[in-house]
Amino acid sequence: MIALAAAKAPEIDWAGLSPLLALLGGSVVVLMVGLMRSRAARHGIVPALTLAFFAAAIGLAIWQWDERGTLMSEALALDPLYLFGIVGVAVAGVMAVFLSFGAAAPREASHGEYHALLLVAAGGMVVFAGAQNLITAFLGLELLSIPLYILAASELHRRRSLESGMKYLIVGSVGSATLLYGFAMIFGATGTTDYAGIAAAISRDGLANDPLLMGGVAFAIVGLAFKASVAPFHQWTPDVYEGAPTPVTAFMATATKVATLIAMIRLFDVALPGASHVWGPLLAILAAIAMIVGNVGALGQESMKRMLAFSSVAQAGYMLVGVVVGTQLGAEATVFYVLAYVVMTAAAFAVIDASERETGHDGGQGLVGLGQRRPLHAAAISVALLGLAGLPGTVGFVAKLRLVQSGVDGGYTWLMIILVIGSMISFVYYLGVLARVWSTSEQTDLVAGAAGGPVGAAGPVATDLGAAAVPADRQTSVRTPWTTTVVALVAGVAVVVLGIIPGPLMNAVEAVRDSLPGIF
Amino acid sequence: MLHLSILLWLPLAVGLLGLLAPKRAARWVALVGGLLAVALSVAFVLDFDSGSGLLQHVTSDAWIEAFGVRYDLALTGLNVWLILLTTVGFAFATGWLATTDDGRGDRARQLFLHFGIAQTAVIGALLSQDVILFIAFFDLMLIPFFFLTVMFGNGDRVPAVIKMVVYTLVGSLLMLVAAVAIGVLSTPDGQPISFSIQTIAERGVPEGSQGWLFACFAAAFLVKMPSFPFHGWLADGYKAMPLPVLAVFSGVLSKVAAYGFLLIALPLLPEGVADLRWVVLIMAVISILYGSLIALTTTNARLVLAYSSVAQLGFITLGVFSLRTDGATGALLQSVNHGVAVFGAFLAVAILSQRAGGSEDLRDMGGIATKAPIFAVFFVIVTYAVLALPGTANFLGEILILRGLWEGPSVALAVVASLGIALAAVYALRLFILSSHNRVGPQAEPREASKAQLALLAVPVVLIIALAIHPQQTIRAADAAATQAVYPAAAVVDPVAAEQMAQEAARYRNCTGWSCFRSAPPAASDGAEVPGGTGGVPPEDIAIDPSTGQPVAPQGAAPDQGAAGEGEEIVIDENGEVVGDDEEMVIEEDAQTIEGTNR
Repeated sequence: MIALAAAKAPEIDWAGLSPLLALLGGSVVVLMVGLMRSRAARHGIVPALTLAFFAAAIGLAIWQWDERGTLMSEALALDPLYLFGIVGVAVAGVMAVFLSFGAAAPREASHGEYHALLLVAAGGMVVFAGAQNLITAFLGLELLSIPLYILAASELHRRRSLESGMKYLIVGSVGSATLLYGFAMIFGATGTTDYAGIAAAISRDGLANDPLLMGGVAFAIVGLAFKASVAPFHQWTPDVYEGAPTPVTAFMATATKVATLIAMIRLFDVALPGASHVWGPLLAILAAIAMIVGNVGALGQESMKRMLAFSSVAQAGYMLVGVVVGTQLGAEATVFYVLAYVVMTAAAFAVIDASERETGHDGGQGLVGLGQRRPLHAAAISVALLGLAGLPGTVGFVAKLRLVQSGVDGGYTWLMIILVIGSMISFVYYLGVLARVWSTSEQTDLVAGAAGGPVGAAGPVATDLGAAAVPADRQTSVRTPWTTTVVALVAGVAVVVLGIIPGPLMNAVEAVRDSLPGIF
Repeated sequence: MLHLSILLWLPLAVGLLGLLAPKRAARWVALVGGLLAVALSVAFVLDFDSGSGLLQHVTSDAWIEAFGVRYDLALTGLNVWLILLTTVGFAFATGWLATTDDGRGDRARQLFLHFGIAQTAVIGALLSQDVILFIAFFDLMLIPFFFLTVMFGNGDRVPAVIKMVVYTLVGSLLMLVAAVAIGVLSTPDGQPISFSIQTIAERGVPEGSQGWLFACFAAAFLVKMPSFPFHGWLADGYKAMPLPVLAVFSGVLSKVAAYGFLLIALPLLPEGVADLRWVVLIMAVISILYGSLIALTTTNARLVLAYSSVAQLGFITLGVFSLRTDGATGALLQSVNHGVAVFGAFLAVAILSQRAGGSEDLRDMGGIATKAPIFAVFFVIVTYAVLALPGTANFLGEILILRGLWEGPSVALAVVASLGIALAAVYALRLFILSSHNRVGPQAEPREASKAQLALLAVPVVLIIALAIHPQQTIRAADAAATQAVYPAAAVVDPVAAEQMAQEAARYRNCTGWSCFRSAPPAASDGAEVPGGTGGVPPEDIAIDPSTGQPVAPQGAAPDQGAAGEGEEIVIDENGEVVGDDEEMVIEEDAQTIEGTNR
């Protein structure tokens, strides 16, 4: 007789896990479907399925909106930060799928694998954002990073894409390793990997000034800064953003920031509030450096993707402000800003992608006269860039305002001054792009020569532009799919509408306070 | 029925509507929209009650509730005439653009759309009663001009306009941080944050921070005007913009900066103003002298007007920072006058340059008036306005400012400033004579201006004459609000003098015409007649409750908004010292005087 002992299975909250399961399970399904031989299946069904899974993730997250609790034995938290993470990442994913229609990368890397990797990366981001545990956080980080390394290299026949994937792999691994060292030291100092447990250990054992903990925090900051591309750990960003296929860049720029900033909020505000006198000023200095380096670096860029890469370094600096102050208001401000950033960047990348497909390169020259050729695209990128700069009337202004409020409230007014100086510098290069977009082709020489100062080397694309060279080695296809225009328009309208009526989104983001009971 | 929101959003709506119209019709849509806005603002001016110092036509809704920013609009003595100036200016420029190629060309719809956005933003900045809302509109109003210059401007315009935007933004963004800091610092613990100007005035901003907060606001406004030494963007920016756009930019936008001082900086940051007042005064005086000197030596007609604007705005700044009612009302009157004169002057330059082969260099012009008599008459009237000929309202404005300076900061300042008036005569007449008289220039082809141009030019001329004949309404409308604006800072600098000033200001509300300039209070009978002026209730009909100084039966005034509007509240004790930090003024004894007059 064999007595089967009843296995004691852990309690699994399937409902709470459902968005994550939608993403990870969806990736398996998409991978399988991508093996089908028919072209219609690969070109049509696979992207449609991917969209469906992203939409399902958003829907399930909204379904779970009022739930609070933990998942997987307290490895993940089911709370507003997790849910906002899902929504932000999935919206970015939808944008990426739309931009990938008809693009070279899915064709070359095979649709099934490309889209499956997008879903896995999204799943990893969700795990990273929801992690309440050092190990889970690291798991999420790796799960999001490795697919992105592969995706960056997915335009197999383009040297730059392969190069960017390689660079991202090497630098990203260094970042992950650093983060792991930091986590190990934090574990060593506190004896637990659970965030709540760490906070309790710090206050109980008076570890606020413990050198091992401080070292761990420092390494963790460096590792996270690598991932969020905060200066001075941003060196990989321009090359990787420029080399990777544009839909992948768009996804990386937006979704990774969502996940990383939320993960940072959790780590610093849930696990380490007791040590805020250490990491607060340190993060503040990093943020200040990021704001200045990012904005100044973008000034001389001819390639639009490089310019947006540097600008995203600066934007990461702005977003860090909410983490720096260590208050609930700061967390709200950061989450709101990162969501606004997703929308604005989506619009900008959509237009750049369209321009790249039509001209074969992503240089600023390709945008000249866009106002006449494609007025809708021109309007979308105008609104997007003005939003990133922080012009009133766009959601960027409201989001920046919230950040400034949280910064002043948290006692970091000097950082706010640097923030506005950075914004002021950013207007120079954003306006330079807009000047090109809205001038006519006959005025090209005028604009190119005139904008030669602020916007870098001008002149016809074919000439050698030196280090900022943008090789026209991509295939050009004249027709831009309607999906790209849809992304540009929807995102552009959202930027303006949210800028004029920010109330609903702001009120929704206020729920983030529930995730952070331990701080003010 | 009259809602400020309609006036605010009408230009934007018209601009968006114009996008749907066929290209040829775009300018007519814009023109009709512009005239509608003028009609609306005239209605508001006529409906304005000069006697009450309260906010009128108040609109108050939540905008960003989580953040304490409200959509608060109101018409006050400070902004009512500036609103009219704005709508008239934009309508004038729209009419002008309708006669040019750009207004009829392929991109006409975009042109008028950006104009609509700009007008909405300017009106929003003028109407706003919430600090963050003000800054939002203030920042927004610059960007349409960027697009207008890039698309329709002249020469090497992209670096010029980027320079202009960045210069202005340095100040504006610093002002944003300062505004958030004001909101945060003024909020007592546990209370929700609020950015409404009235609420912050009641709560008070901590003294220690007022210095740097004021410096940030001053940076923003002084760059916008521009004032020496922040005028680096002026020359290139003015040369790059198309003339109709420039007329509005120079005539209207710079006034928003002066208004911003009176709206926000002076009432909310009195100690900061008192500390840094002399820095601003010296900068203003240097602006006057520097601007005037360059204006009378440069040969580019546009730059003559550009630097003359620097000088005139310097005067306006002096008026504001004299911290006297006269100075402040003079500044507001000058804002209106200068705006109107500038519209005419830039149109004249456009007409002149058309007759000089497209050149705007004075050396290429000359003798154009020989075949253009009507144009010459109009131009000379505009010139007289610019140089503040006695008889024009500009003269009146400058007298008020000088009087404010004399009684306020220093007599020496008034003397130096009046040098500026003399220099204005030189550069204004020089511009006129060199372009229109003497020998016909090498490139010049004198001929009469077209009917459309004459009709357009007639508008500022008629306004100049109208203001010259009857400037009182502008002064009366501004009087109470201007006193309230400068009183807190004046009280910090010199409480006794501030007291006296407040009493005199209250008395002057009962006077009419030139009797307002007598030092002695007018006899009771004078108060009985009130000429038409702006509509609204004659002030002496408002009975004042002696114990609180509040009007007992406010007539025609909008309901009091929130806690204690800008009405009359107790402030002074026997020694003439200020009790509390409020800017509300007018005192028991004065109320009794009025009451005595009434009974």
